[in-house]
Amino acid sequence: MSEDLYQEIILDHYKNPRGKRVKIDSLAQSYQVNPTCGDEITVDVGQNSDGTLLVSYDGQGCSISQASASVMSELINGKTPEQAAPIQAAFMELMKSKGQLEPDEDVLEDAIAFAGVSKYPARIKCALISWMALSDAQIKASLTATTTTRDE
Amino acid sequence: MFDVNEVRADFPILSRSVRGVPLVYLDSGATSQKPTQVLDAERFFYENSNAVVHRGAHALAEEATDAYERARQTISSFVGAQVDEIVFTKNATEGINLVAYAFSNATDKARQGLDVDQRFVIGPGDSIVVTEMEHHANLVPWQELCAKTGAQLRWFGITDEGRLDIQPGIIDSTTKFVSVVHQSNLLGTINPVREIMDMAHAVGALGMVDLCQSVPHMPVNVQELGADFASWSGHKMLGPTGIGILWGRTELLNIMPPFLTGGSMIEMVHMDQSTYAPAPQRFEAGVPMVAQAIGLARACEYLSDLGMENVFQHEQELTAYTLAELAKIPGVRVIGPLDTRDRGSAVSFVVDGIHPHDVGHLMDAMGVAVRVGHHCCWPTCRRFDVPATTRITTYIYNDKSDIDQAIAGIKSAQEFFGASVAVSA
Ligand SMILES: Cc1ncc(COP(=O)(O)O)c(C=O)c1O
Repeated sequence: MSEDLYQEIILDHYKNPRGKRVKIDSLAQSYQVNPTCGDEITVDVGQNSDGTLLVSYDGQGCSISQASASVMSELINGKTPEQAAPIQAAFMELMKSKGQLEPDEDVLEDAIAFAGVSKYPARIKCALISWMALSDAQIKASLTATTTTRDE
Repeated sequence: MFDVNEVRADFPILSRSVRGVPLVYLDSGATSQKPTQVLDAERFFYENSNAVVHRGAHALAEEATDAYERARQTISSFVGAQVDEIVFTKNATEGINLVAYAFSNATDKARQGLDVDQRFVIGPGDSIVVTEMEHHANLVPWQELCAKTGAQLRWFGITDEGRLDIQPGIIDSTTKFVSVVHQSNLLGTINPVREIMDMAHAVGALGMVDLCQSVPHMPVNVQELGADFASWSGHKMLGPTGIGILWGRTELLNIMPPFLTGGSMIEMVHMDQSTYAPAPQRFEAGVPMVAQAIGLARACEYLSDLGMENVFQHEQELTAYTLAELAKIPGVRVIGPLDTRDRGSAVSFVVDGIHPHDVGHLMDAMGVAVRVGHHCCWPTCRRFDVPATTRITTYIYNDKSDIDQAIAGIKSAQEFFGASVAVSA
């Protein structure tokens, strides 16, 4: 019944969130809220000297939104914007798939656990909110794959 | 007392399954289900008398107008109103906005030097009073009005028990308008609206009551509320969506500037200016929702046949049962009054360590439809320091077995997430 939604990986990230509230030198921040349920998330992005991304988040919400933020920070931290972009795109695509897509574990790693979420329209926003915040913060910090990284 | 099983037989949707299990509908506070009698009334109108009302003189137009105005009559008697005091709107939200815009439009006209009733003119130095337990529908329009006119928004707070904290000095000589919810859709609290309306009138202010959660669930006589305006929706009381009621005192309705303008609401139209029909037509611009009005009138008859006193008693019993069963589950906390005194059937709760979204999801997996979220009462949630709640609301077709299934759903959520989930905050 609910096992397709609440995969073990999701419950594990929910109970033991990774990368939450870690201190980073933030270049930009994005605050997102889901007005239908009150879930809130704040994502900060920064950049390591080698050009890879630093991600930190804080917020409150349901297991899906919290686990998704945790998985996201684990996946994106330490990747260059160019390496992160296909992962972000694949996650967006998975969420739009209505449960019809076989996710690519090589790209999405732990995030494949969210495949079942796409079958519940009311929960997709929960899974996406942290990823939206990340994209928004990246745009604000000009740390997207399309812009060439600045000279150090 | 009525027989719940007989009532249930009138609601086809209640015999369907969801997610492979029988549906248990406990979200009537959001919208109620509709009995076949209401659906049939709408269908009968479309199949037999459909035409535009208040325009045209052919046989169908006459029949349609007659059916529409009879609906107004039925609805007005249901709440003890005069027929001309009943304005059809799209929903409660529109009714509240209609009143807010009367203030806004009158204030604009006064600035142009036009002659308007001073009771609707508002500005810096004036105040509007609401409560911390308002639905956004009875909060945001007043915030907007204050932002446009420079008036100040004030509110009564809420006690820890979930009651209104009626402090002196909030309504004072600056107050021009007071708007209060009768029964909170989040806490279930029934407010002493007569007392508050009397306070408003004592300082010369006008008053409004949001009846969304009271008219469907208890006997309500609008004359006894002591208010000037009241608004509620048809869809929460067995009626169709797309129809709501604004009740107002005729004397006021007839001097208020209109909200929406156009066809059907006019008296005389020239190229450069127009005059307007008296209420209620004054506020019913354009072709109205005829079938919905007829459906809502049929819903009123359905409820009258059951007896609103019986409806209230039935829900009081279910509410007492719900509160008692919830109290037995460790880790469950009710947000709102813990007994049935001055309380209706909306029961909100939080489960330690499990977000309401997850509670609702696991209840849904057992067929139980409840509402999760802030229930359009975000400030009320903040007052109780919760991001959201899970809410059970009952109606005439629910019985104790529905509550038992909800309780089983809550327990299954606790089991699923582990009774002692240690979620690092
Ligand atoms: C107390 C209260 N006020 C106002 C509303 C708004 O009703 P509607 O959305 O039908 O306009 C609701 C319903 O959600 C309510 O419960």
